[in-house]
Amino acid sequence: MPWTKIQADDSRKQVSFGGPASAGLRELSYRDAIREAMSQALETDPAVFLIGEGIDDPGGVFGTTVGLKDRFGAERVMDSPIAENGMTGVAIGAAITGMRPVFIHMRVDFLPMCMDQIINHAAKWSYMTGGKVKVPLTIRAVIGRGWGSAAQHSQSLQALFAHIPGLRVIMPATPYDAKGMILGSIAGNAPTICIEHRWLYDMKGNVPEEPYVIHPGIGAVRREGRDVTIVATSYMVYEALRAAEELEKEGISIEVVDLRSVLPMDEDLIVESVRKTGRLIAADTGWKHCGVSAEIAAVAAEKAHAALKAPVRRLCLPFVPAPACQSLEKAYFPTHADIISAVRGIL
Amino acid sequence: MTAHTDISAEVLKRLYETMLRIRLFEDRVAVLYPEQLVKCPVHLCIGQEAIAAGVCAHLAKSDYIFSTHRSHGHCIAKGMDLRPMAAELYGKTTGCAHGRGGSMHLVDTENGIPGTTAIVGGCIPLAVGAALTARKMKNGRVSVAFFGDGASDEGVFQESLNYASLMKLPVVFVCENNFYATNSPQKARQPEVNIVERASGFGIPGELADGNDVLAVYRTAQKAVERAREGGGPTLLEYRTYRWKGHVGPLADIEIGCRPADEHEAWLKKCPVDLYGRYLQENDVMSDQDIEAMLARVEKDIDEAIAFGKAGQEPAGTDLYDYVY
Ligand SMILES: Cc1ncc(C[n+]2csc(CCOP(=O)(O)OP(=O)(O)O)c2C)c(N)n1
Ligand SMILES: [Mg+2]
Repeated sequence: MPWTKIQADDSRKQVSFGGPASAGLRELSYRDAIREAMSQALETDPAVFLIGEGIDDPGGVFGTTVGLKDRFGAERVMDSPIAENGMTGVAIGAAITGMRPVFIHMRVDFLPMCMDQIINHAAKWSYMTGGKVKVPLTIRAVIGRGWGSAAQHSQSLQALFAHIPGLRVIMPATPYDAKGMILGSIAGNAPTICIEHRWLYDMKGNVPEEPYVIHPGIGAVRREGRDVTIVATSYMVYEALRAAEELEKEGISIEVVDLRSVLPMDEDLIVESVRKTGRLIAADTGWKHCGVSAEIAAVAAEKAHAALKAPVRRLCLPFVPAPACQSLEKAYFPTHADIISAVRGIL
Repeated sequence: MTAHTDISAEVLKRLYETMLRIRLFEDRVAVLYPEQLVKCPVHLCIGQEAIAAGVCAHLAKSDYIFSTHRSHGHCIAKGMDLRPMAAELYGKTTGCAHGRGGSMHLVDTENGIPGTTAIVGGCIPLAVGAALTARKMKNGRVSVAFFGDGASDEGVFQESLNYASLMKLPVVFVCENNFYATNSPQKARQPEVNIVERASGFGIPGELADGNDVLAVYRTAQKAVERAREGGGPTLLEYRTYRWKGHVGPLADIEIGCRPADEHEAWLKKCPVDLYGRYLQENDVMSDQDIEAMLARVEKDIDEAIAFGKAGQEPAGTDLYDYVY
């Protein structure tokens, strides 16, 4: 599908790269882009190590760590006991003493086990030490939908982390962003949660070969438009683009903003786009109540109120845990069709 | 096999029937799964049947069990009707959780199954909590937590053992050590110390037994359940076993290099169901005809359960908001 082939449009914003971004653009899947990021981080910095349950197995976390243990050895690509909270503390302890760990989880649903270490320790350490001790920890966690994964394996918990000062929360939607943002996080000094939607792993996009860094807090316009702004996160970017394509046939022009990172959030870009279109839809993979979409709407209400020609609409998960059966899954997960109806509702 | 001597023929046969029900149900799910009508992940327990059967044989209907992502066998052994179980796998309103839970979240409150959780280790403190209820209500109930070797590394496992020991709660911790957590071998996750030895650190008894020998399970579990019921407090049981299929789904995972083929082969030869079936025949507890009749009965139940599951309705999309509170 053409709408899967997207390259980040960074021309609108200054983004600093670790190397010349123009050279060596190849098409890579999101999965391979992440694996390349993992691999280059391990190559370039001996302080980097990967750890997580089963990251060295043949599946390799949806393919993102396949082959890395063979290449870098078990000291740097480490299997882990199923002990998420303790192991998060171990990773934080390593991070504050000179290492740059990447802790990888097959599902974001396992991060609630780690809340104490993430919220009370990782997020607070720099502040409590007067900025003396940084926590260069990257936590990768997978979200997703479908096939009866049900209530404990389909959550999208970015908002929980985005509520916490001291953390960063990134949600790359393209292969290009996945590589650059993860490398940025590993090279940076802030504890960062990287949330990856499992429907993105097969998406293709152009990715430079050299390592490069994308800083969090810079959104990207994936498609320019005049009538309605859709600010989307992660997989919802693709649903938004698909909605935009269909609406274009009717002459409705949609601007799609990929938020890319939830904390920090690119408020300026949201405001700029809303000032242009006058209408806002926030499309997030998580729940509405106190969620990322609420924050997006608040930005518009606080900073672009005069420009709004219609109420803000939000497309999120219904406020229910994820059901197992398919009939309810269909009703549960929002798609481009829901975005289209939302657009119609405010035009 | 451990000798049966003082165990009645009736109990011996019931153990076998339970194991058969689990095996044949799981086999059927594996065969039907490619139809793609069961639209949820299934974690099959083929190869591990003796543990569920041997432990639950000591439990009354009102006793509690708590289990994991791999719970079909435990629920069957605890007496759950196969029909709402199958219907839940098929995502139907007639399912035990009305299609909301799927294979990983079976429930049967009538039979002492207050729910199952797919968060590793999550069921362990819940079982302790149920034991606390039993103590407060003085109703003589016992609570059992089933969990894997992987789960024993979670913090909640140690926290639960400590509290259960402190309060002398009527709970039995049953660790099914199948040597793998997803594809991670035990030795990649734990030092070479038997899981059962952790019991002594909390001042409770622990017992290690062959999880493919249903009579060994039966005897060790008997002691633990009696001890719990009599106010003696918790016990940790570690049973060594092996799952025949991959971590999730109906295929073995040997083809893709998750486990060594010779290891898998060796465990297939230690089939808990075959071993015990042969034992019963050799000791004249059951004849060929008895076994045939039992098989037919179990197959019929499974046929009915699958038909019941398939026949049900999926929930309507408009019912999405039901049951949240
Ligand atoms: C807290 C948590 N971490 C990780 C997972 C992913 N996961 C599901 S089952 C499993 C392995 C569990 O192994 P074990 O406890 O030995 O049980 P088994 O599958 O062997 O029966 C893992 C890691 C999870 N569901 N929950
Ligand atoms: Mg196991």
